[in-house]
Amino acid sequence: MPKIYEVEPVTRLEGHGGLILKVSDDGKKVLDAQFNVTTTRFFEKFVEGRFMEHVPRITPRICGICPIPHHIAPTKAVEDAWNVKIPPAAFKVRELLLQAKQYSSHLLHFYALAAPDFIYGPFADPAKRNVVSILKDLPAEGKMALEMMEYGQALCAAIGGKSVHPIVSIPGGLKNPFSEEHRDFFLKDWERQVEYTKKTVEIALKVVTDYWDVVANVGVVPTWYLGVAKEDGTHDIHDGMLSICNPEGKIKRYKPQKYLEVIGEHVTSHNYGTHTFIKEVGYPEGVYQTGPLGMINVAERMNTPLADAALKEMRDKIGTNPIHNVFAFHWARIIETVAAIENIGNLLKDPDIVSTDIKTMDVEPIAGRGVGMVEAPRGTLIYDLTSDEKGICRKANLLVATNHNLGGIDKLVTHVAKQIIEQDALKSIKLPDPWVK
Amino acid sequence: MAKLKTAIVLGATCAGCDVAILDLNEKIFEVDDLCEFVFWPTAMDFKIDDLLALEDGEVDIGIYHGAIRTSEDLEMAEILRKKAKVVVAFGACANFGGIPSLDNLPYDQSLFDLVYEQVPSMDNPQGTVPLEIIELKSGDELTLPKMLKDAGALNSVIDVDYYVPGCPPMVPLIEKVVDVLKKFSETGTLPPKGTVIAGEGTLCEECGREKPEQISYHAFFSPQETKKIDPDKCLIPQGIICMGPATRSGCGALCTKMNVGCRGCMGPTVKVKDHGLKMISALTSLLEVDTEEGMTEEQLEKIVQRIPDPLGTFYRFTYGSSLISKLHSDKEDK
Ligand code: SF4
Ligand code: SF4
Ligand code: SF4
Repeated sequence: MPKIYEVEPVTRLEGHGGLILKVSDDGKKVLDAQFNVTTTRFFEKFVEGRFMEHVPRITPRICGICPIPHHIAPTKAVEDAWNVKIPPAAFKVRELLLQAKQYSSHLLHFYALAAPDFIYGPFADPAKRNVVSILKDLPAEGKMALEMMEYGQALCAAIGGKSVHPIVSIPGGLKNPFSEEHRDFFLKDWERQVEYTKKTVEIALKVVTDYWDVVANVGVVPTWYLGVAKEDGTHDIHDGMLSICNPEGKIKRYKPQKYLEVIGEHVTSHNYGTHTFIKEVGYPEGVYQTGPLGMINVAERMNTPLADAALKEMRDKIGTNPIHNVFAFHWARIIETVAAIENIGNLLKDPDIVSTDIKTMDVEPIAGRGVGMVEAPRGTLIYDLTSDEKGICRKANLLVATNHNLGGIDKLVTHVAKQIIEQDALKSIKLPDPWVK
Repeated sequence: MAKLKTAIVLGATCAGCDVAILDLNEKIFEVDDLCEFVFWPTAMDFKIDDLLALEDGEVDIGIYHGAIRTSEDLEMAEILRKKAKVVVAFGACANFGGIPSLDNLPYDQSLFDLVYEQVPSMDNPQGTVPLEIIELKSGDELTLPKMLKDAGALNSVIDVDYYVPGCPPMVPLIEKVVDVLKKFSETGTLPPKGTVIAGEGTLCEECGREKPEQISYHAFFSPQETKKIDPDKCLIPQGIICMGPATRSGCGALCTKMNVGCRGCMGPTVKVKDHGLKMISALTSLLEVDTEEGMTEEQLEKIVQRIPDPLGTFYRFTYGSSLISKLHSDKEDK
């Protein structure tokens, strides 16, 4: 009789998940491992009947950690459906808002969700293994981490109206300009944030060095990758092409409107989340990963100098392209954090950022269908919305980070479970001493 | 002083409520001085068994965010009620059902058919749907929590002691909660049961825009149709629907500050049972409809017809606990 192990809840993630591991009766073989999403909230249904322009005010509640991409992607879908062109300044302020969220969310993920494992070691007491302990045990780093997250969140609030669940983006642009006072305020603190980011890179590199055995050997699983990049391959979270990369590194790019040619959705009976896959290879061969590692693997380069240098360093050190090492996710996340703070600086210094020309009046609801895509901190968001002639949303299809990542997570968890249980990998893997015991 | 044992439990949530707590920044140290967390899945690694292992009533403060959507949400709420002396409904979802309860509308198509069959990206020729129980060849069972018929507020399933509204609750409100906890830990006293930790009056009192005695309006505009909004004058006469007159204060008027109409995430003011009806009747009286005899159904109908999406407009955050949703749900049962 196979044995079934369940882990409930899977913690330090936003949302509900359970992990199921099936092991053979002698306990030596891993038969299967699944990560199951144990709830769902039917957003696709209840945005039907809403005003199109209010969809961006509702969908941020899909994820409270990355509400801003869930605010901008549907706005872009409405604009696509209604053929609306927004003023250039509105595009820049939206980009600043996205980068601010990218910055705070990646830092929250790194310091609050992931760091407890490498600071206390993965086997420490759960009462210890969390962000509050870090703040107390490493006060200098903790204070820095808090100030960085606060900078990002405050910038989100200054532009978006609220730090969680923004209200500023509407079809045609933005409801409110970004004020000069706010610009000056955030510009003044910007250089310190760059210094903090550099220190964070040092911390991340130390983690990579300490855990090199894990990074290089645990969870190295070739999958497909999906992300967003400009047509020439430059990393872009706001307005790029839907990009996929096969396990050998061959990249293809599509207009977001073509997403149905690229992605299919698969349902399993043990999971409320659907698994997306690359259509040209089918399920399960075409499962893919998205988020920072997906973004890095579909990009040729970063759009800012420090981040681009960091990307080159990572590729040199790991030695493959694409990078299949799951523990490189954190590294990729830090590279995107560097890009975020550099982009924030560039945007804050752009005189257009405080322009009041941020809204076109040329917005008329028409019957039509539109697609809006942006990159959220945990993966690509695709919103496909259909409007009737009165501007009421009649149909919606949303592909969010959870769908994209499920297939890849199952594959990874199975692989890692096999490494640990069948090959007893933990015995041979070198783990460093925890930073704090 | 012993720390307050604190558990944070998640229902159908977006985790924005967790982010709001982390947005306390340096104040989080004060929380840590006061509270010993015994369960908080988003930030900590305790498992359900750790919570179950505690004595009944051993947890001092139980905080619940998210709506009640699945059998698991319900079970967790019941566990929290058993383990915790004090239960706090945190955020619009736990207070009123929140945005997830918009799926309680009487739809003619099943929610499962849409998300697992009909969306255009779906590739599901076998028509697989998630099942509560699947039996494996080995005889073992895999289970998923059951989807309840509706998404509801926390107090529809357990007794709730305190309420903190907002989507998510704003940092100043969370600071108020910290003050309440501080007082509790120092003196052992708590506010009266049922207290809503927020403002008392309406959002209009907090908003500060100038509101004429008799507001009149001719038509409502969508946010993209308005050119210049006067930042000092009430939004309603400028043609923007704002839930301010029916909504509880305490958020700092975040939306109206941005020239955006309030959608009522703080919920209704004291004693109001149905947020949307209250707002519709406020608008009706503004329309100078003769309300001496009370509102007739026809009059109500008229107002509602002017607005193509009354539910998404007036019940954005409170549909799950509204009278009208109960009516809908009774109809469906028949
Ligand atoms: S109240 Fe708002 S922030 Fe909190 S869980 Fe519900 S949707 Fe998310
Ligand atoms: S209706 Fe809205 S804009 Fe007008 S005073 Fe009240 S809260 Fe302010
Ligand atoms: S203005 Fe209304 S919708 Fe906006 S935060 Fe306040 S209560 Fe919520």
